[in-house]
Amino acid sequence: MTDHLLEVQQLSVEFHTTGGRVKAVQDVSWHLDSGDVLAILGESGSGKSVSAAAVMDLIDMPPGKITSGKILFNGSDLLQMSRTERRKINGQKIAMIFQDPLSHLNPVYTAGWQIEETLTIHGTSKKQARQQTLELLERVGIPDPATSAKKYPHQFSGGQRQRLMIAMALALRPDILIADEPTTALDVTVQAQILALLNDLQNETGMGLLLITHDLGVVAEIAERVVVMNAGRIVEQGTARDIYRNPSHPYTKELIAAAPGKGDMPADHSRRPEALLSVQGLSKSFGLFEAVKDVSFDLMAGECVAIVGESGSGKSTLANTLLRLQEASTGQAIYKGRDLFTLSAKDLFAIRREIQMVFQDPTQSLNPRMSIYQLISEAWVIHKEILPRTLWNDRVHELLNQVGLSPEHAKRYPHQFSGGQRQRIAIARALALEPKIIICDEAVSALDVQVQAQVIALLSRLRKELDLAYLFIAHDLPVVRDFADRVIVMQNGRIVEQGSVRKIFENPSQPYTRSLLASSLDPDPDIQAARRATRQVESAEQDTRT
Amino acid sequence: MQCLTRASGIDQLNNTGTDTLLVADAPSPVIQIFRMLWRDKLATTAAIFLLAVICCALFGPMLLEDVATKQNLRGRNAPPFDFSTAWTFWLGGDALGRPLLARIIVAASNTIMVAAGAVFFSLLIGSTLGLIAGYTSKLGSQIIMRLADVIMSFPSLLLAVIVLYMLPASVGNLIIVLAITRIPVYLRTARAEVLEIRERMFVQAATIMGASTPRIVFRHILPLVFPTLITIATLDFAFVMLAESSLSFLGIGIQPPEITWGLMVAQGRPYLTSAWWLSFWPGLAIILTTLSLNLLSNWMRVALDPQQRWRLETSQQSD
Repeated sequence: MTDHLLEVQQLSVEFHTTGGRVKAVQDVSWHLDSGDVLAILGESGSGKSVSAAAVMDLIDMPPGKITSGKILFNGSDLLQMSRTERRKINGQKIAMIFQDPLSHLNPVYTAGWQIEETLTIHGTSKKQARQQTLELLERVGIPDPATSAKKYPHQFSGGQRQRLMIAMALALRPDILIADEPTTALDVTVQAQILALLNDLQNETGMGLLLITHDLGVVAEIAERVVVMNAGRIVEQGTARDIYRNPSHPYTKELIAAAPGKGDMPADHSRRPEALLSVQGLSKSFGLFEAVKDVSFDLMAGECVAIVGESGSGKSTLANTLLRLQEASTGQAIYKGRDLFTLSAKDLFAIRREIQMVFQDPTQSLNPRMSIYQLISEAWVIHKEILPRTLWNDRVHELLNQVGLSPEHAKRYPHQFSGGQRQRIAIARALALEPKIIICDEAVSALDVQVQAQVIALLSRLRKELDLAYLFIAHDLPVVRDFADRVIVMQNGRIVEQGSVRKIFENPSQPYTRSLLASSLDPDPDIQAARRATRQVESAEQDTRT
Repeated sequence: MQCLTRASGIDQLNNTGTDTLLVADAPSPVIQIFRMLWRDKLATTAAIFLLAVICCALFGPMLLEDVATKQNLRGRNAPPFDFSTAWTFWLGGDALGRPLLARIIVAASNTIMVAAGAVFFSLLIGSTLGLIAGYTSKLGSQIIMRLADVIMSFPSLLLAVIVLYMLPASVGNLIIVLAITRIPVYLRTARAEVLEIRERMFVQAATIMGASTPRIVFRHILPLVFPTLITIATLDFAFVMLAESSLSFLGIGIQPPEITWGLMVAQGRPYLTSAWWLSFWPGLAIILTTLSLNLLSNWMRVALDPQQRWRLETSQQSD
C-alpha cells in the first residue's frame, strides 16, 4: 500500500467561482516510484496540473478546496501535515519546474546567486554553495559556468533559462521532480535537448519524474507510464506504448488520431503558371541586425505555402513586412503586377482587402470590447463598397455558419468563447473582406491538438471553397505536413530550403531541415525510441572522433 | 466544440443564463442599465445622492438664496441638532449666524459648476492631447509632452495667481485655471495607456483591415483607456473642489458673498476649536460627493466592460 514514493489517492479538488462550484479534478489516483517517469497528459482545462499543484501545496484555498483524497509521500499524508512540515518537503524532497522560466526567475539577481540562495536557505555554507552551483551549471549544460553564474536571467536564451530552472530544482537532490509543461515555450530543437537532459538526470539520480504535458510527442519521448486526463477525470492509464498502440477510451483514441503529421501528404500537383504574390530579394533590418535576409518566393493562387522556422528565424517579420506593418528595407513583393512595398496609402487601402491575416493568439487579436457582430462587420464599416448595411446581419450569420459557429453567437463577446472558437471568429473576420490571400501567423500554435486539427480542417475546406491562398507560418513541421503544398524552411532570416511538402519531408537536402525533422517529436513511442537510439549512436561516434 | 477551457465554460453557462433572460422579457437598453445599477446597491445609493446634489445645485440658489445670506447675529456659531429652530439651522449657524444647511444647499451650485467644469475640460483636453501624443509621430508626441512638463513644473497656485491677476475672478475663469493645471494628469495617463494598447494584436488586426487612424483611436483604443480616465476624473473632483477653496482663501477665487463648499471650509477654519461644525458639514458634503462619484465610476467601469458585465447581470447566485 505505502510502497510507492508518491501516491495520490482519490483526490478531488473543487474551485468556488462566481459561476458556482467547479470540480477541477475528481477521484484522481496515480503513483510514482523512484526511477519512474510518469506523464500526465491532457488538454487545457482537463485538470492535469491540479493534482501536481495539490502535491506542492500550490492550490489557493479558498477559492480552491480539496474535498477528498490523500497524497502519500513516503507513506505519510501530505494533506494532514502543517504548512511548516510541508515546506520542508517542498524543494528539498519534491522540486518543480514550470513552463515559462523567465517569469520564475527573479530578474534583478544573477543566475548564480539564485541557485546559491536555494542551497544556503537549506543550510549549505556559502563557499560550498558556490562550488555546487558551478557544478550544477556545468551538469545542466550551461556553457562556461563561472561567467554564466554572474549573468542575469534576461541574458540567457529560453532553453538556457529552463536549464537554470532545472539546476535550481536539482540543487537539493530531490526525490521527485515535477515538470509542468517544461518544453512548451521552447523551439523543437531545444525541446529535444531539454528532454534529453531531463532523461539523463533522471537516470543518473534515480529520482521520480512527473511530467505534465499536452503533447503526445513529449510523452512518447520520455515517459514510461502515462495518465490521460479529460474534464477532471482520469480516462485511462498505462504504459506509454500500450496507450498509444491500444487506446481503449474513445477520448484517447480521438487525441491520438488528432496528432498532426500522420495524414497523407498532398501529391506534388503542378503549380498554376502565374504567381499571385511574388516576393523578390526581401530584406528587413533593425539597425545593424538583419531580421530577414534576401528572401524570395512565389505564392500561386489557391496554394498553401508554409514558412517554418524556429524563434528568431524572421518568419513573423516577413509576414509583417508583407502587410506593411513594418517597412521592408529592400526588395519587392509583386501582387497583381504592383509592388506592395511602394504603394501609396490610398492604393494600399484597396489592397488591404485582398491580403488578410490570422494571428497566433485570438485572445489578443480580437478587441475585447466589441461583440462578434461588431468585430466581423467592422470590415464593411471600413470597406463600404463590399456590402450594403441592410445585408450585414445575414452575411455575419452566413460567415459564422461557414466557420462552424452558430448565428446566435453574434451577440456575444470574445471572452465567452474557447480558444478554438475565437480563432474561428478571427478567421470569419478575415473572410468578411473576401481576401485572396490569408497569412496565418502561427494561427494554430496556441491551440490544443484536437482543436488544432479542427481549425486546420476548416482552413483546408475554406481554401477549396473560396480558392484562397495561404501563407502559413509555423514553428512546427508536423502541423504543415498534411496541409501545405510547399514548405519554406527559414533560419536566421534566410531561406534554408524550399520545395514541395513531399520533397522537404521525404528528402530534405539541408542539414538544418534534417535536424528540425529529427527533433520534432513523434507521438509513437517506438519511433521516438528508435530516434533516441540513432541520436545516441551519432553522439557516441562524435565522441570517439574528437 | 468539445474543448472549452474551464473559464470560458463558466462564462458560457452564465451567458446562456442571461440570454434566456434577455429573450424572455427583452428590456430596452435603458431598463437594462437601471437593472444593472440596482444590482449594485452602493452604486444605487451613490447615484441617488448625486441626483440630490444636482437638484440642490439647480434649484438651491433660486429657493434659498435669501435665507442663506441673511445674517442673524444672535445665532452666531449656533450649534447643530437644535431642532427647536427653523430647519435651515438644524446643522447649526456660521460665524455671522447664517444657516449652514441652507448655505450648503446654495453653495452646491457654484461648487459643482466649478468642479464639474474644470474636471470636464481637463478630461476632454487632456485625453485628446494624450491620444494624439500616444498615436502620432515622435515629434508631435515630444511637443505635447514637453508642454505638459511646462504646466507641471509651474506651481499651479502661481499660475492661478497670474491668470486671475489678468482676468477678473469669476466662475468661468476659475474653471479655465483649474482645468489647465489638471490637464497633464489625463494627458500622461492617456498617452501611457495608448502606447501600450496600440501594440496589441487587435490594433494590428484593424490596421491590416485598412482601418483609418481616427477609427483605430476612437473605436479600438479609446474604449479601453476611458475607464481609467473616468476613475481619475472622479478622484480629481475632490482635488479641484479643495483647490478652488485654497484660491478663495488667497482671495483670487470665488469671493464672498458668493459661496462654495471649499470656501465654507476655509471660512470655518479659524473656529475649528470652538465650532467644529462650520468646517465639518461642507467638508462632509465634499467627501460624500467624491465618494459617490467614485462608487458610481466603479460601477460604470464594470458595466462598460463586456468581460465584467455579467457580475451585474446575473443575480446573487454567487458569494
